Amino acid sequence: MNQPFRPGCDKDAPIRERGQHEVFCGLTSIIWLHRKVQDAFFLIVGSRTCAHLMQSAAGVMIFSEPRFATAIMEERDLAGLADMHDELDGVVEKLLARRPDIKMLVLVGSCPSEVIKFDLGKAAERLNRQYAPKHRVICYSGSGIETTFTQGEDNFLAALVREAPSAGTGNGGASLVIAGCLPDVVEDQFQRLFKDLGIEDIHFLPGRTSNAIPAINGSTRFILAQPFLGATAQALASRGARRINAIFPLGEEGTTAWLKAIADAFGVSDARFETVTAPARRRARAALEHYRPLLSGKRVFLFPDSQLEPSLARFLAREIGAVIVEVGSPYLHREHIAGELALLPPGAALSEGQDVDRQIDRCRVADPDLIVCGMGLANPFEAEGRLTKWSIEFAFTPIQGYEQSGDLAELFARPLVRRSALSGKTAIKEGALCS
Amino acid sequence: MQLSMWTYEGPPHVGAMRIAASMEGLHYVLHAPQGDTYADLLFTMIERRPSRPPVTYTTFQARDLGASTADVFKSACHDAVARFRPEALLVGASCTAELLQDDPGGLARTLDLDIPVVPLELPSYQKKENWGASETFYRLVRAFASNRQRPENIAPNSCNILGPTSLGFRNRDDVREISRLLGENGLDVRLVAPLGARPADLARLPEAAFNIVLYPEIAETAARWLQKAHNMPFVSTVPIGVEATQRFIGEARVLAGLEDSPLTGLESDRLTWYSKSIDSNYLTGKRVFIFGDATHAIAAARIANRELGFKVSGLGTYMREFARDVRAAAREYDIEPLITDDHLEVEAAILEARPELVLGTQMERHIAKRLRVPCAVISAPVHVQDFPARYSPQMGFEGANAIFDSWVHPLMMGLEEHLLSMFRDDFEFNDDAAASHLHAHSPASKEGPPKQAVSTAERAGDAAISVPAMSSVWTDEAERELKKVPFFVRGKARRNTETFAADNGIHPITVETLYDAKAHFAR
Repeated sequence: MNQPFRPGCDKDAPIRERGQHEVFCGLTSIIWLHRKVQDAFFLIVGSRTCAHLMQSAAGVMIFSEPRFATAIMEERDLAGLADMHDELDGVVEKLLARRPDIKMLVLVGSCPSEVIKFDLGKAAERLNRQYAPKHRVICYSGSGIETTFTQGEDNFLAALVREAPSAGTGNGGASLVIAGCLPDVVEDQFQRLFKDLGIEDIHFLPGRTSNAIPAINGSTRFILAQPFLGATAQALASRGARRINAIFPLGEEGTTAWLKAIADAFGVSDARFETVTAPARRRARAALEHYRPLLSGKRVFLFPDSQLEPSLARFLAREIGAVIVEVGSPYLHREHIAGELALLPPGAALSEGQDVDRQIDRCRVADPDLIVCGMGLANPFEAEGRLTKWSIEFAFTPIQGYEQSGDLAELFARPLVRRSALSGKTAIKEGALCS
Repeated sequence: MQLSMWTYEGPPHVGAMRIAASMEGLHYVLHAPQGDTYADLLFTMIERRPSRPPVTYTTFQARDLGASTADVFKSACHDAVARFRPEALLVGASCTAELLQDDPGGLARTLDLDIPVVPLELPSYQKKENWGASETFYRLVRAFASNRQRPENIAPNSCNILGPTSLGFRNRDDVREISRLLGENGLDVRLVAPLGARPADLARLPEAAFNIVLYPEIAETAARWLQKAHNMPFVSTVPIGVEATQRFIGEARVLAGLEDSPLTGLESDRLTWYSKSIDSNYLTGKRVFIFGDATHAIAAARIANRELGFKVSGLGTYMREFARDVRAAAREYDIEPLITDDHLEVEAAILEARPELVLGTQMERHIAKRLRVPCAVISAPVHVQDFPARYSPQMGFEGANAIFDSWVHPLMMGLEEHLLSMFRDDFEFNDDAAASHLHAHSPASKEGPPKQAVSTAERAGDAAISVPAMSSVWTDEAERELKKVPFFVRGKARRNTETFAADNGIHPITVETLYDAKAHFAR
């Protein structure tokens, strides 16, 4: 029953597997979404498992009163002894009384609410009628049966796009929408670059507040800042917005290609682009040089997690000289990551979906120098004497853009540096671990 | 439908996972959607378990709902048995799969697996983690020990230890401590379960004379069944604290017919002497708030009250199943028990009780940190910090020693209190100079105290927890006099004076009132 190990799988024919998926569900993306949109509250309509997942994955972030919670369905709801819509109304009333500062309430569907076909859209509409404009109410599904980890963000952004007005106050729609949650510091860096490039009227999706939704129409261009936004792209396109195609802004190469695609779309001259980006490109390359000796030639195996994996593998291979053994991704959006796949080195196996036990077998056989995997797998691999990097950090840490290129490389280098520090082989270079 | 920001217990299938992960040779096939695999990280990250827990998830997706999730379950069972070669299989459903009504037990029966299969029915929308663990352990014990005969000759000193599990609070060290203690006292521990046991071992449970239930939340149901089915008595005293440990050994020795031989182990008790030593005088009457699972909370209250001379000012549990026991305990201390699984209610109760020490779970640790009150953790749910590298049991005499250290160290030491009051007017010894080791008090938390506490707490130097500003007004002179009270008791002096003033209709509060109140509350 074990699938034979196939080294150097063809990119056009990835390993497709259907077995145990060791991945988070889409609810997990609430962890960064609620930090990003500062006046939004995410209310999961789900079970005790959903609540437990959130606090386990979010770990220590719970100690202040967080802006997410779970409306836990109980026996009486399911047995029809209580009307679920009435129950939800009661929970929302209680919640908004406690948090009157909340401007946008986001109802989030879960596996159990999807399985019983609870109509969240109807609930959101009803509650919105009651509470808007003081509290806007929207909904999306982050259920594990439909979404994997970052796809929760995709569904949330798609829901925001559906809410967006189609004509702005001035000259119609936004000229550029950058879709995908980015850390504030990264947005600010990009914002400065766009200003220097002379590109104006830029909107990040999601914005930092819930009312920062731009008008979207036929005059809008958009670019994805994250590779997992299939539904969002579709929602934007259905409003007439046109996508700017590029690889993703990870590493010096990715960031340059991504910015250049935008610059070209807005008619920025090559000379100006060069002048504006040159200093940051130089800095990024200099930062990467610190880590290249540590990672060059190291064999890396990436388990599926966030759909960022093809971009991370491209960065590892092309900018710091790592050898890619296998790139797993929960889902491959053919069109959006075509550029990334084209840049992957030959010999890198690509896999979509997962049978975690078989993938672990393949990984053990390949015996890589570094395994990028989730928290459920990392310590067991370490206990086997293998080196790991937990992939969830790529979703929580600022890694996009020029100024974070070195930090991104450092995330991969840290386990290797630590291993040599612990075995006393190499002294830790001063500053090598600072991010 | 219940609004939950945080939950003390996971769903019942996580309890079942804890049993599976505790044992050897057992595998759990869980019918669950993609995403439920998060539970693996509880074991690999929090407990730093070096292997994946023995659980296979079917991780079905929406597209499987249209086809057959039952087939997905069956192939997962087949693959798990072929790959992991377990000696027995647990099968069950998580909350989502429960709605599908695929009947994992029935499906597994159709597979003709050559190993015993124990089906679990864990109602996810009614029950929680500890119940799930207890039910799973009971089902396993029943499955393996039901048609066993008790041997003719059973050594009277033979016993089993029941209840320790993966992700339990200090269970690993408790087992070592209690096994050693029982061994020294002439008892023969045959089997520890579920932690470290194999399914086949459970069949040998009836071969011992009696059982010892260390964690009633997990093992009481199974022990009661063994009592009924095999006439096995069980010891239910939980050996947390010096007195309880003595009572526990006494009960075990009576059951083993060893009551006449001398008790050993007491020589390693340091808590009793440390608590009598003069430095511990300052522990007297310290207000302590206790919240946790029922077993640890009740034991903590008893130790606090009888062995350390604290005043129990709050006692509660998140386990409704054991509410009766906690209510009974609370009556002993003349306080209202708190039975809730809403941490916001617990926070409100802590504010209300104004304790000087909080004993709780990782959530109460967060709350206490925010309120800047010293705190120690006494109960699951656990955090990675609750798996210390050092040996640190809670049970037995060594456990009592560990408890003395972990509860008393967060507090200011007696000698320091004494010096502080002697030098309180010293220019270097002002209100802002806290003891160096006092993590809970220094440096001032960045998050600041909670809003409702700000009003009075911001008068520098008062205890961190204060009640919302009452209408009481102090004369300037009285405020100045209050400043002369050492800062670590000033909060209490302010509260007592204000209560006294309110009770007697005194307004404003003068220096006279301050000293009248002091005389009134003098102990």
